Amino acid sequence: MSKISFIQAGLFTTVQDGGRRGYQSLGMPTAGAMDTYAFSLANALVGNDINQSAIEATLLGPTIEIDTDCVFAVTGADMGATLNGQSIALNRAYAAKAGSVIALGPAKWGSRGYIAFAGGVGGSMVMGSRATYTKAAIGGIDGRKAKNGDTVELLCPKAELRNMALRHAPSGLIPPYSAAPTLRVTPGPQSDYFDKAGFDALFGAEYTVTAETDRMGCRLSGANVPFAEGKNGNIVSDAVAFGSVQIPSGQPIIMMADHQTTGGYAKPCCVISADLPLAAQLRAGDRVRFAPVEINEAQAIYRRHMAELNEFIRIIEHGFIYRHRPYYTQLNGRGFAVTVDEIV
Amino acid sequence: MEHNGVRILSLSDSALCIELGQGIDRETNARVHALCRAINAAGIAGVAETVPTYRSLAVHYDMLKTGQDELISALLPIIDGIGSGEHAEGELIRIPVLYGGEWGADIETVAKLNSLSVDEVIAIHTAPEYPVYMLGFLPGFCYLGGMDARIAAPRLKTPRVRIEPGSVGIAGEQTGIYPIASPGGWQLIGRTPLSLYSPAREKPILLEAGMRIKFYSINRAEYERIRAGEEAE
Repeated sequence: MSKISFIQAGLFTTVQDGGRRGYQSLGMPTAGAMDTYAFSLANALVGNDINQSAIEATLLGPTIEIDTDCVFAVTGADMGATLNGQSIALNRAYAAKAGSVIALGPAKWGSRGYIAFAGGVGGSMVMGSRATYTKAAIGGIDGRKAKNGDTVELLCPKAELRNMALRHAPSGLIPPYSAAPTLRVTPGPQSDYFDKAGFDALFGAEYTVTAETDRMGCRLSGANVPFAEGKNGNIVSDAVAFGSVQIPSGQPIIMMADHQTTGGYAKPCCVISADLPLAAQLRAGDRVRFAPVEINEAQAIYRRHMAELNEFIRIIEHGFIYRHRPYYTQLNGRGFAVTVDEIV
Repeated sequence: MEHNGVRILSLSDSALCIELGQGIDRETNARVHALCRAINAAGIAGVAETVPTYRSLAVHYDMLKTGQDELISALLPIIDGIGSGEHAEGELIRIPVLYGGEWGADIETVAKLNSLSVDEVIAIHTAPEYPVYMLGFLPGFCYLGGMDARIAAPRLKTPRVRIEPGSVGIAGEQTGIYPIASPGGWQLIGRTPLSLYSPAREKPILLEAGMRIKFYSINRAEYERIRAGEEAE
């Protein structure tokens, strides 16, 4: 069995994947990667399915030794990654030899980094997912964060991949991460718990990310959001989504990957899927604004982002052939099928 | 939007919240479960998962396969189809409970608060069928309706740091069972030897929303016997 070993575990390093899907009706949170985009990109760079299990680091990354030749990529927050002491670029696949050490340090910006290995990483599989959910102690490494000396299996390590030179994401593919992002939101189910004064406060103010921010929720502090007359933050409990903005008593909380499936607080809006990666990279002291968009626009933005990622995957998997075009032509009365491969 | 008294709301850019009512009552909740079953059976393209709650149903979907308007169009006939009539009752599950002692350390407090004997508390707690309105809060945690107000008790002023899995408690006019070890402020009256949540089991979570449960009192020997069987699984 090939494996990675944590020489230094880092602050809060877990195995994550695309999440535990299909069990929310039983109260089981999906968990899974916080910055789903950086996570997907890391997998794409090493030729994996975008939901394959990978390592998620938090604020202070781990130092990992690999015991076999394997291709890997680091994405998300810049934790100053090195391979055997040499700086390596983010968002690029590298082939490493057995015995190599991949070291991540403190995040220079952002809070979550991803290390994907070609073929994926192991860890315990519960209800169809390896995602670590620490509250129920399931998935990944015994349902907890990594500690020094832990090992995780490399499921199907690959010493090399084709088109290594192309396995480098262009900057246009990286979300506009920022310590002061504007998160776009669509309406939530309790929009009617807030009137103009409430939305003016929410959309007019800048909020500060507090230290009580984790995989479950990003707690903000700033202008108080008033409730409409006769309303308060309590509702008859209903379902919660990744990105739901809850207002228990005036201060917003963005519900993140480990959010409970249901909740009893008013939700005026929800961060759009395309901007959740920006929310996932927030750290204490960062500043956030909210701006409303229509659902159809939010969906169009997300589809565009995923189409761009899929186009990138197509290029790196199929090499220089950028576009494959069939033509039909006639010459001296005879028909010919001609294909043109456009190359970059 | 509103459609024949049903509110169809956005929960996120990839989830809808279909609100069938405003309060907590058996009839509204039964309609939520009927709608949940009908949508799951319909196999609509892009629907990822459904989450029934007290009075609404969340429909999480894959926006690469469908869009909000398209999904609502597909859901409207199903919403119309469930009507407002009677719905079949869910499966009845009997839950054994060892009441009192170290397994239910607060049962005497609950009895005293309500001027009852411990046996009366047990008799009142085991009498009704409790509908499982929804699951949430923790994997396998059931929100139950139907507790008799004669055994109501406020939450503890200082929550316990750790409550054992299977603990049966009372908070206000609600009763519930802790599926996993957790901190909590409920007054504990007993413990079930059944594992409500066991991740390695084929069906990891025993109870589902829409079921009904009935508690019955067991002694120490029965508790140990059932517990041994659960652990052997």
